[in-house]
Amino acid sequence: MAKEVLIEFQNITKTFGTVIANNNVSLQIFKGEILSVLGENGCGKTTLMNMLAGIYYPDGGKILIGGKEAVIHSPKAAFGYKIGMIHQHFKLIDVFTAAENVVLGVKDGEKYNLKSVKKRIGEMCDRYGFHINPDQKIYEMSVSEKQTVEIIKVLYRGADILILDEPTAVLTPQEIEKLFAVLRRMRDDGKSIIIITHKLNEVMSISDRVAVLRKGEHIGTVNTSETSEQALTEMMVGKKIVLNIDRSEPQNPADRLLVKDLNCTGPDGVKVLDHISFTARSGEILGIAGIAGSGQRQLLEAIAGLQHLDSGEIIFNRPKKNLPVSFFHKTFKQIVAMAAEGKFHYEDGTPVDLSGKSKKEIRQLVNDGKILFNEDDVMNLRDKTPLQIRELGVRLSFVPEDRLGMGLVGNMDIVDNMMLRSYRKGNSVLVDRKKPQNLADKIVKGLEVVTPDLHTPVRRLSGGNVQKVLVGREISYAPKVLMAAYPVRGLDINSSYLIYNLLDKQKREGAAVIFVGEDLDVLLGLCDRILVINSGRITGIVDARTITKEEVGLLMTKTDSGKEEKNGTEN
Amino acid sequence: MFVSFLIGAIAIGTVLLYGCLGEMLMEKSGHLNLGIPGIMCMGTAGGCLGIELYMNGLANPENASWFLLILISILMSILFSVATGAIYGFLTVTLRCNQNITGLAVTTFGTGLAQFIMSSYVSRKLFNTAGKIISRGLVNDPNANGFLRVFFSHGFFVYFAIALAIVFAAVLKRTRLGLHLRAVGENPAAADADGINVTAYKYGSIFVGSAVAGFGGLFYTMDYLKGSWENASTIESFGWLAIALVIFTLWKPNISIFGSILFGGLSITAYVLNGSSTQNELLKLLPYIITVVVLIITSIRKKRENQPPASLGLSYFREER
Amino acid sequence: MEPKTEKHLSTDEKAISKKRLELPFHIVKRSNIALWKKILIYAAALVGALLLSAIICVAFSPKSGGSSKNIGDFFKFLFNGAFGTERKTWLFLLEMALLLGVSMALIPAFKMKFWNLGGNGQILMGCLCAYACSYWLGGKMPDWLLLIFMFVTAVAAGILWALIPAIFKAVFNTNETLFTLMMNYIAVGIVLYFRAAWIKNGSGQYPTLKAGILPALDQYKALLTVIIFVVLTILMFVYLRYSKHGYEISVVGESVNTAKYVGINVKAVIIRTMILSGAIAGLVGFFLIARTGAGLSDNSPNNMGFTAIMTSWLASFNPLLMFLTCFFIAFINKGMIQVSTGFKFTNNSIANIVVGLIYFFVIACAFFINYKIVPRDKSGNKQDLEKKFANQIKGVK
Repeated sequence: MAKEVLIEFQNITKTFGTVIANNNVSLQIFKGEILSVLGENGCGKTTLMNMLAGIYYPDGGKILIGGKEAVIHSPKAAFGYKIGMIHQHFKLIDVFTAAENVVLGVKDGEKYNLKSVKKRIGEMCDRYGFHINPDQKIYEMSVSEKQTVEIIKVLYRGADILILDEPTAVLTPQEIEKLFAVLRRMRDDGKSIIIITHKLNEVMSISDRVAVLRKGEHIGTVNTSETSEQALTEMMVGKKIVLNIDRSEPQNPADRLLVKDLNCTGPDGVKVLDHISFTARSGEILGIAGIAGSGQRQLLEAIAGLQHLDSGEIIFNRPKKNLPVSFFHKTFKQIVAMAAEGKFHYEDGTPVDLSGKSKKEIRQLVNDGKILFNEDDVMNLRDKTPLQIRELGVRLSFVPEDRLGMGLVGNMDIVDNMMLRSYRKGNSVLVDRKKPQNLADKIVKGLEVVTPDLHTPVRRLSGGNVQKVLVGREISYAPKVLMAAYPVRGLDINSSYLIYNLLDKQKREGAAVIFVGEDLDVLLGLCDRILVINSGRITGIVDARTITKEEVGLLMTKTDSGKEEKNGTEN
Repeated sequence: MFVSFLIGAIAIGTVLLYGCLGEMLMEKSGHLNLGIPGIMCMGTAGGCLGIELYMNGLANPENASWFLLILISILMSILFSVATGAIYGFLTVTLRCNQNITGLAVTTFGTGLAQFIMSSYVSRKLFNTAGKIISRGLVNDPNANGFLRVFFSHGFFVYFAIALAIVFAAVLKRTRLGLHLRAVGENPAAADADGINVTAYKYGSIFVGSAVAGFGGLFYTMDYLKGSWENASTIESFGWLAIALVIFTLWKPNISIFGSILFGGLSITAYVLNGSSTQNELLKLLPYIITVVVLIITSIRKKRENQPPASLGLSYFREER
Repeated sequence: MEPKTEKHLSTDEKAISKKRLELPFHIVKRSNIALWKKILIYAAALVGALLLSAIICVAFSPKSGGSSKNIGDFFKFLFNGAFGTERKTWLFLLEMALLLGVSMALIPAFKMKFWNLGGNGQILMGCLCAYACSYWLGGKMPDWLLLIFMFVTAVAAGILWALIPAIFKAVFNTNETLFTLMMNYIAVGIVLYFRAAWIKNGSGQYPTLKAGILPALDQYKALLTVIIFVVLTILMFVYLRYSKHGYEISVVGESVNTAKYVGINVKAVIIRTMILSGAIAGLVGFFLIARTGAGLSDNSPNNMGFTAIMTSWLASFNPLLMFLTCFFIAFINKGMIQVSTGFKFTNNSIANIVVGLIYFFVIACAFFINYKIVPRDKSGNKQDLEKKFANQIKGVK
């Protein structure tokens, strides 16, 4: 097959501030081929394609289309060059029908006639094998149907070059097969298709060629038939970089949080958590690796009491066997109830019977440490609200991914943000700002937060300082479980190391730390064990000290199920 | 009696229909305009001013031309109501100010200015004459057959309102213009990304909506009341009822034709039935209660077609994150 | 299958993108503004609005009286309207205090981003219940007991009128702007209904009351009201700024997600806050009736439910700043009545015009505080456009 070069990137460079997103990238796209652009999160693959779609404009280099230099200022200009991009977040109007969305904004000078629009949509469906009802409203559609509408929308505007950004991220395996069939037909029809992805098996099955990007650089482009998943992984992740993270040895690890068979369905009806089981141990950092959007957020939110679950259990375990009960964790009422159930014994081994004892006597016994647990103190956190979890005496801290939208209130100052979790303390109707003020002062000094004063709204701080405030607050409660989602995203290198050290310190102090990260080097250098998650399933729980980056990379991208099912429970 | 009730219901319904259509059009572009009562008052004042000037210039007012009266009053009404709407548009579209606050300010300003114009510059000496000419219908004989009277005895503005409602329904449903307008009200960012000029659509709908709403007050004063004017508060209360009517008719112009007649009927039932004054007041309450019930039912059923435009009340700023 | 007019389409789009590139300036959101700049913007707007109003009043004042008025007269009348005599000063203070009261009823809701446009209805229901107690029970029990009855029923009615939309908002997310707006007119209808049902003497008006009138501390019966609502304003400041409830209101208003993350029951906060809101509105209704025993009318709230939206919004929902905004709005309201009579306007509509104008000016200030206009230099072009499109993509989730 004679290959005709349709698009050529020549030495494209793109920077955002001091970050280089694309460095001197040169790449060719042929007519009538499917090209995969492969790379990890943040490698610059979407940025590169956004320049073709007119969303960004390169700082340096040229884009040639059909041999001539092209100036693509805007998405509209891109359509002028017959380029259309389907983004991850669909730009559809929910209450409109598919046909109305397709024709929206098209100025072809023809009379507006939905019938002819539908007819043309029907022609496209026949030609490429779509299945869509043009009269169906978008809000009644599945994600895959919405994606089809986006593709038709682009084709309707006459695109010959289609860019799809992570098109399979939200689809089921059957839907992916259908999409691929459609894409192959379009290729055979002479269209060029670019798929931005990080899923190796899909790359292997759909594309003619693969371009691999790593840290903004074009590593190479190979023919799919001449490569293997192994080779591509190596190109994608590169050589292991040794980071100077001080990783301490796990100290007296004990099972702290037992997650058993969690299942959760997202709003689209897609399973976001699929039989998730694992154990987080105290004195240990458990890393969670996975492509963005594989269910990490839902998993952490489920543990924090923010996500409704279909089924499963989240057991918080306090190792208390043969240790005295205290009013620190249990209320008076709870102790009496547990004693009635026969859950305590005295030092000599006789069971505790509190009936007939006065309040004072019971208090005395507890305060003297005379009443001991028979078993570890366990609590099921499933379907508890964050408040109930705290009222159970579970010190669970959570640094969410969305710092200003969830973890903090952007328009409030540092002091007010300090008391978000603690303001209820005490019986006074008024809030106590003294302790939060001291805490804020301690965090600002201790973590070197750069701020004019304690009364600056946190949204005015830089990203790194916002994160220090949030992490500082969450670790100030001496948590037994500390969960952090992407805690170093957008942070400079110094702040990142500060966060790593804080997490390691929590681990040394006996917390069970759960760390969701995206940089594999960091995960390998910081964590003790790594749980790999893919499309809501655990594909492996591995020892961070012995595993290689490539192995993790493969686990992150493999989708075939079956043998790894048991991996979930092997811990 | 039933015939005169229907005729009355249609007449009051027409006042509401104009206000409702105007407000609906703006809401379709995402603008909740609480200034509609003020705009209706201003439209009235403009139209009346035009009629005043025209009638005073005539040697023999009895022979005033029906066509010129309608034309001049419409043009002047448009001028005044669009100018008032433009203030609202500038503040909410270009300056992205809070729509609720701006709307309330427009109502304060519009009712005040309309009252001022009406009491200072409009003598209304010849309004009774003008009103009779404007309200002239195809069938003017009060003894004619009931059917003819219900359908053909109204003045121009009644048929114009119904025609506008039908046109609006068709435009919204069947034209590119309507599609784009609805897109702007539903999701301005998506519309913008598809190359639709969001600002132009917002201004366009506010201008046209203001003009249409203004006719409501003009019709009420010149046709229904044959040129009498007490103060702006009656028209203002029609304005609020028109906002209720938009909710009641689920943002659909063709339904609003019947909704307006129903609301109009409810507000005059009492007079026609000659019931007690307590019954009167209860009947006048009904439109608002029905509206609240509709609002609640639609929010419970969550049927997407019956919801307010998704971006209603929100300013659109392209660079906003 | 390909669009026939593709060429035409592409050149057209290029022209559009080019045209957009050449805009000489663009608008960016400010992250922060210095206090002095903010004050300057408001001051400029106020001076501009007042001068424009003065010019309009002078230009359109009826010339028949013979003596022509000038701009100085406008400001003289304006001032005298509020402070001309002792009586006027008291009535001005009274208006300001009542406005403060209504504003206090609205801000807890507004701080929570609950658009309560139903102030008028909540006040009116308070008025109705206070009036009804006195009308039917007056003389049948000691006055102090009657006053307690009036107070309790007025507050309960205000709560009821606020609670209905609040519950539907919390449970079904029913649009509260439209709901509360409708509740106003239902309240008006109820007041008119009871007028028809109770008042059979044909006057068509609720008579003034003889029992259940608050004791007067001063000649104009204003002081008690002033004290109550000034104290209430300070209490509200403390409540919003220093209480746990106030803190929860702020968190819910700023971010529902954060509220859930820290375990705040958002529905409960909405309902609790609207109960408070309605209670204060009912209290204002009680004072409107019990202060002088005035007859009830559908216009008893004097549109303060709407005016207070303006005052609280202008004060950025800060109770202490509301002293300033209520002072100003009450001052303009009272002053314009004097201007209107002093300039021999035939009716009071000129006051509405001027108040409306002033509103426009101060509303527009929000734009200059939240955004700034920056010239578009050539090098900046590209990045702005990029930001624009990148945000479009992000924005359309």
